[in-house]
Amino acid sequence: MAARIQVPSQAKRGEIVEIRVLIQHPMETGYRHDDVGHLIKRNVINVLSCRYNGVEVFRADLSSGISANPYVQFYTVADKSGELEFYWIDDEGQQGSERQSIQVGA
Amino acid sequence: MSRAAALVAAVFAAGTALAQQRAIPLAELKSGSAFLGADLLSLQKDEFANPGMLWVQRGETMWRDPAGKKNQSCASCHKEAAASMRGVAARYPRIDPASGKLLDLEGRINACRVERQGAEPFRFESQELLSITAYVARQSLGVPVKVSIDGPARSHFDAGEAAYRLRRGQMNLSCAHCHEANWGKRLLSETISQGQPNAYPAYRMEWQTMGSLQRRMRACLSGIRAEMLPYGSPEYLDLELYLAWRARGLPVETPGVRR
Repeated sequence: MAARIQVPSQAKRGEIVEIRVLIQHPMETGYRHDDVGHLIKRNVINVLSCRYNGVEVFRADLSSGISANPYVQFYTVADKSGELEFYWIDDEGQQGSERQSIQVGA
Repeated sequence: MSRAAALVAAVFAAGTALAQQRAIPLAELKSGSAFLGADLLSLQKDEFANPGMLWVQRGETMWRDPAGKKNQSCASCHKEAAASMRGVAARYPRIDPASGKLLDLEGRINACRVERQGAEPFRFESQELLSITAYVARQSLGVPVKVSIDGPARSHFDAGEAAYRLRRGQMNLSCAHCHEANWGKRLLSETISQGQPNAYPAYRMEWQTMGSLQRRMRACLSGIRAEMLPYGSPEYLDLELYLAWRARGLPVETPGVRR
């Protein structure tokens, strides 16, 4: 699963930083039928989480109705230099993850 | 009259004739983005959040990945796309000098795959073809569309214009009825655009994915209850050339975001 994640590479301690996540995914709702009338099974990213130096700072439980290729934006406080780990999984069990580092100065 | 003055007069006359040829005057030429709401326009301009950039990003990886029997990547021949592909998309569709055939950007890429890489061509509307096309076209961001309709391209251009003006389908409409005579007016909740091709492949909200200009044309055909020609039909190529000629001067916006 392709993804685009934007984390500021540098921040001041205590600064509120914006995190942006865009993941390529069909987000099949589970309400659509195919050409011969069979229900298409739901397949959405159901969890997206972000850990900052091992501590979970953001978590979203997504479901039907979120558009394909979901875009999620959230904020966190720059605390210490380190790594943000992103993790997501869809209904078919496909997982994705990404890491980005952040430098926090005084 | 001096020779210089005559030349100036001739150039001026040619310029006027060209200006008259335009279906829509240059000053009124509007990209599809001019018909978007503020939300979609800002999404298109946002280099990070524009969902089409997911395809561009994949295309960038594909550019460097060797493929086919010859184990060549795009970069093996064309090096850095930022330099070698700048302005290329603005010149397509164009006649391939080797085969004499009219090729759009997708067709050019597939010809490269077969001839230079010894690989299978990508299927129409496949994620691969959309990704690499979007990546190549992205390198021409802001470059004005400028296609040639001279020489062997002329017959394709004429066929394209004829196709553009042909009434078809149960609604008996041609492209011109909406996109030339009535652009800017409302069709139910939508504002009719000029049908400009400068942002394709584009991410369309209705599709919830990326699609080619041919897919967009098929959507129009379906809308007027006309027969949808199969992907890759010569008529689409001729139309693509006519649309690009009509759009000359508009900047490439790939990947566009559209309703």
